[in-house]
Amino acid sequence: MNKDFKDRNIKEGYKFIDIKAPASKPWDKFLQVSKRTFKGELFVGLWIMLREMLKFNIHTVQYPLEKLPISPRYRAIHRLQRLLESAENRCIGCGLCEKICIANCIRIDTKIDKNSRKEVLDYTINFGRCIFCGYCAEVCPELAIVHGKDYEHAGEQRADFATKEDLLTPLDEFKAGKQKEFLGFGSPSKDADKFIKKTPLAY
Amino acid sequence: MSDTGYIIATLIKILVILIIFSAGAGFTTYVERKILAFMQRRLGPMNVGPYGVLQIIADGIKLFTKEDIIPQNAVRAIFIIAPVISATAAFTALSALPILPQFTIFGYTVHPIISDINVGILFIIGVMGAGMYGPLLAGMSSSSKWGLLGAARTVIQLLSFEVATGLSILAPLMIVGSLSLIDINNYQIGGFADWLIWKQPIAFIIFLISGYAETNRTPFDLMEHEAEIVSGYATEYSGMRWGLFFIGEYANMFTISFLVSLIFLGGFNPWGFIPGAIAILIKISFFIFAFLWVRAAWPHVRPDQLMWFCWKVLMPVAVINILITGIVLV
Repeated sequence: MNKDFKDRNIKEGYKFIDIKAPASKPWDKFLQVSKRTFKGELFVGLWIMLREMLKFNIHTVQYPLEKLPISPRYRAIHRLQRLLESAENRCIGCGLCEKICIANCIRIDTKIDKNSRKEVLDYTINFGRCIFCGYCAEVCPELAIVHGKDYEHAGEQRADFATKEDLLTPLDEFKAGKQKEFLGFGSPSKDADKFIKKTPLAY
Repeated sequence: MSDTGYIIATLIKILVILIIFSAGAGFTTYVERKILAFMQRRLGPMNVGPYGVLQIIADGIKLFTKEDIIPQNAVRAIFIIAPVISATAAFTALSALPILPQFTIFGYTVHPIISDINVGILFIIGVMGAGMYGPLLAGMSSSSKWGLLGAARTVIQLLSFEVATGLSILAPLMIVGSLSLIDINNYQIGGFADWLIWKQPIAFIIFLISGYAETNRTPFDLMEHEAEIVSGYATEYSGMRWGLFFIGEYANMFTISFLVSLIFLGGFNPWGFIPGAIAILIKISFFIFAFLWVRAAWPHVRPDQLMWFCWKVLMPVAVINILITGIVLV
């Protein structure tokens, strides 16, 4: 390849094929046809198809029975995580996700409880509107709202809501240590458990 | 044999052939989907029954229960009768076809041919040609531009390739000296070396190519090519009416496979140690497979290329072939 070539779309290792001008004279046309006829290109095609059939190298994924692995950053149905220490809802009701949501589908209902702390009464996501952009998970300061891996969801209604009860990790599942951490951007590292310390007041 | 016995035997044969070839057409659709899938690194139908075998039944139920739509401006009577013409012609062509060698069952000798007429090949070619009225009337009566284009293509394609078919089999018929398929078959009774393909290789190739064109299969599937004219003559058809066209097409595939095997490849004569019935089934299966194989591998041609190919290549070559055969025979 010419190093001085300015077009950066053409890279090293490109193969250029020699395309001839189409035949215009009758005799050239005749030669072209006979060359193509007796070159046996059609049989090359037949051989390739037969070879592929005999190799039986099938690429089909039989979907409901087999599933392809999904990326750790895949943005499927949201989950609300619990604190590892106290099993409380991680969500502090700051409302950042509600604010940043470009589809306007998150609503948080909060109140000030008797310790004058914010308590999250309900957390709903309208999956009929949600575009799964991932901004809510990215903006969350507490890693409370994350994207799970449950991508097979179908709704009977256009407005398919999820409430706090649906999103929050069930307590028994949490106690069994089955709360799955989101592995994508902003998630805690795999050895995050080692760095968890009890708050000074506890000891 | 008495007349009554003959009539009953013929009716039974008709019934058996109808059932076998309708079922065969259905099963071929399954085989076609599977083989095309394997060639394209897919699996094909897998969910209905083991390895999708019952897919044919599912398709049949779907075809029978689908809504039968007749377009508003269609010519109703012709629209209804057109698919029947197509299927009838395809199955009528099978009636002059010796399917297996004669065999004896319960002490009764069966000739597996409905009607052994002495112009069998002419009859088959003629009836298959008459089947052209199916797509033609369907396309013209359905008041759809795609249908009309499909009908026009049907006429140019089938009419042109009738010429190539007729001229190509003229040379082997000159050698055999008979139009009866039984005679043609018996001519090649001497085994592998007596097959007419060794004497008439060019006629074999031309007849095979014309067969692809007449059954409307892939390099020449112009009359219902989806990418260009939606579905051609069958655009406005749904349900079982469309299914009749489909069965007709597959029955024609069987007819062409039988004709090629009978005329050029020794028919149902024993092939070495293989008995005749098995030999012809092997040949038929190969040609049906070749139909599907070609469909997976080759693109289709343009209508003008098709006409060019038929009138400027196949027909002159066939005529020259006849001339040479005549000179050699004389």
